[in-house]
Amino acid sequence: MSAYSKTPGPLLDVAVLLGRSLRHSARSVDATISAIVLPLLILCVFVFVFGGAIDRGGEYLTYVVPGVIVLCAAFGTASTAVAVNQDMTTGVIDRLRSLPVVGSAVLAGHVVASVVRNVVSTAVVVAVAVALGFRPVASLPDWLAVLGLLVLFMAGVSALSAAFGLLVSSAEAAGGLSFVLLFLPYVSSGFVPPETMPAVLRGFAAHQPMTPLIESVRALLLGTPVGSSAWLTVAWWGGFGVLGAVAAGLLFRRRAR
Amino acid sequence: MAYTIEVEGLRKSFGDRPVLAGIELQVAPGTVAALLGPNGAGKTTTVKILSTLLRPDAGRVVVAGVDVVGAPAEVRRRISLTGQHATVDEVLTGRENLVMMGRLRHLTKAVARERAQALLERFDLVEAADRRVSTYSGGMARRLDIALGLVDDPVVLFLDEPTTGLDPRSRRDVWDTVAELAASGVTVLLTTQYLEEADRLADTISVLADGRIAAAGTADQLKALIGGETVELVLPDEAALAAASALLVGGRVDGLSLHVRTDGTAAGVREVLEVVAGVPVLRVAVHRPTLDDVFLQVTA
Repeated sequence: MSAYSKTPGPLLDVAVLLGRSLRHSARSVDATISAIVLPLLILCVFVFVFGGAIDRGGEYLTYVVPGVIVLCAAFGTASTAVAVNQDMTTGVIDRLRSLPVVGSAVLAGHVVASVVRNVVSTAVVVAVAVALGFRPVASLPDWLAVLGLLVLFMAGVSALSAAFGLLVSSAEAAGGLSFVLLFLPYVSSGFVPPETMPAVLRGFAAHQPMTPLIESVRALLLGTPVGSSAWLTVAWWGGFGVLGAVAAGLLFRRRAR
Repeated sequence: MAYTIEVEGLRKSFGDRPVLAGIELQVAPGTVAALLGPNGAGKTTTVKILSTLLRPDAGRVVVAGVDVVGAPAEVRRRISLTGQHATVDEVLTGRENLVMMGRLRHLTKAVARERAQALLERFDLVEAADRRVSTYSGGMARRLDIALGLVDDPVVLFLDEPTTGLDPRSRRDVWDTVAELAASGVTVLLTTQYLEEADRLADTISVLADGRIAAAGTADQLKALIGGETVELVLPDEAALAAASALLVGGRVDGLSLHVRTDGTAAGVREVLEVVAGVPVLRVAVHRPTLDDVFLQVTA
């Protein structure tokens, strides 16, 4: 019997590196706590602190949950930048580059692990929202569509984060991306309707790439017409995903030290 | 004879800063070669090119019979690189690190586990096998690091400064490990800034300075380059130094010390001392040439 596995190399590489990343997540208690607790805190702040003051002519909880889901997914997946950067600064990337492992497998391992982590924390957010009184009317295909769009979004942000993590020189700089992604959803339709914003922000909020995602998730969960927002989401985040993957792939091989 | 590592005219610049200005290197199968040089001499750059991490600007580099530019993927299957800093995964256990590395070299799960166990035993890490690497001492982490390179029987093992930052005891452990590896037939290229280390471990030594091989050969050949033993006479002042230098023509002056060649016998040393009998000498020492002397001479 051969000592070598019959599984095609790249698939095996992704599976092994995914296992590694998930072990990292499971063992870093603080990261896991913040991945679960932070989204819940954000949800509670919007529902109980701001919720009373923001009058939407309906239940604010219902309006804000899709925004919080996307906010948490954006913040959570941005941590990919830190994980990739740590691999680079600690020499793990150099070691992997000296192995018969294809570069895209290293990247894919990080991206898939990030998606898995964030699907879990999104599930927690949804469960708590439901406990607080959020009542989605989505059918099973709607839920699957929501999941599909969110996974695409998470993969897109993760790929961009991975490229960013390879580009910057320290984990601190890589961590900065999380804050950009933490604030970006606020200027969208996630928390307040763009019509209420000043003209300068209104255009950006109505058209930035997170808005169609938030609109799609909201429409699918609440049973309103999705319109073109789902396709816009696929175009934006599929595009960002490809961009991030290509950039990260090039940076992975080119990176001199 | 076919060399396991053959490097001819290797050049590399970063921007307009030349780092390697034409390196020549041959390493015979199953031997340990040392690249010796100060920080910034180009040791790590050389290892990175030989292990396919960097592309050379010019020159021919053949490792384990394969051209590193023409078929890097083939080279990666035959080599193993242990970098300058321990690149073990601190969050995983020692065993998990080894199994992961085996899987990344596409071994089956069963074989990867078997090899991991064998390496844990060989590197004296059985007790710590299922502890996270973050709890390991520097020496243990470095041993694991080297073990990770051996999961799939590489033809060539690159060790970039394997003992930098280790305490003396751990350093000795790593030396023993490298000596064992050499005995098992793997070809090793290691870089070091410690002359003692190169002297102890390597069959051949190449001294790298300013991007060139300043000298190469066995430790004995290199020592022979600068001649035999010397007697060092330490004198109290300039006047005594001048007097001693006048009596012992051809000696080398270094501060208030005078170094004179000798054959190392008692008679030889006595002869030197008799010549300077009238000069006050503070201290006398006999030096065997060390690689430090070689190093200082060829890089001067």
